Amino acid sequence: MACFLVPATEAVVTTIATKVVESKEKKAAGDESALAKIDAKKKHFSRKMKWLNAMLWGGSALLAFEHLWHGEITPFFPFLTAAADPADAAEMLHEMATSGVGMAVLVTTVWVVMVLVSASIEKRSEKEPAKEV
Amino acid sequence: MTLLITILAAVVTTLIWYSSEKARELRISTLVFMFWGASLMWFVDAVVEFIEIRAEYFTPAAEDMLNDAFLGVSVIALALVIWVVTLLIKDPKKVIAKKLKNKTE
Repeated sequence: MACFLVPATEAVVTTIATKVVESKEKKAAGDESALAKIDAKKKHFSRKMKWLNAMLWGGSALLAFEHLWHGEITPFFPFLTAAADPADAAEMLHEMATSGVGMAVLVTTVWVVMVLVSASIEKRSEKEPAKEV
Repeated sequence: MTLLITILAAVVTTLIWYSSEKARELRISTLVFMFWGASLMWFVDAVVEFIEIRAEYFTPAAEDMLNDAFLGVSVIALALVIWVVTLLIKDPKKVIAKKLKNKTE
């Protein structure tokens, strides 16, 4: 009904957070010694946050299209057909609280795993040239 | 059906991203993330539906399946359009920028 609104809201928050982290990284880039102290997990973190943004925005956009396809979204107020009727609205809120939150949690969990795996790959690739010497 | 089609699209685009330097230059990662994001979200939807209707979930009516397949293909078409528009706006190979520069000179 409107489950995609939960990951879409998370996408707004993470996009703002990415901008903040990006500006902090740009400031830190000026100080090479500070950047060198940052471990692999935190390096280029804004770039990794963009992965989460892309999954959340992309997924929400495609799900919004599905809702449009099923006639659950309208181009006029209140935009969500379920919002016009109180009984449907209650069902919609329940779906947002279950499916919507579940979607946001699963996407975020997968992203956390991606960040951890990429950090270990980065660490491994940093060690590899040292082994050859 | 929509979930299956989206997962297939996600796997194929991921393999293209991994194996082709040219595809990476063309920002195919946009498509990869879009398809994986949607796949994960529809997976949750599928789990919730399965909990509600159990085994019936695996025996959909032919008409519903056809509609879902049509939706799946439409979703891929929409994602491709979003990707192409993003590509043209970001212009990573500076093709449009060069064209415009040549016209103004």
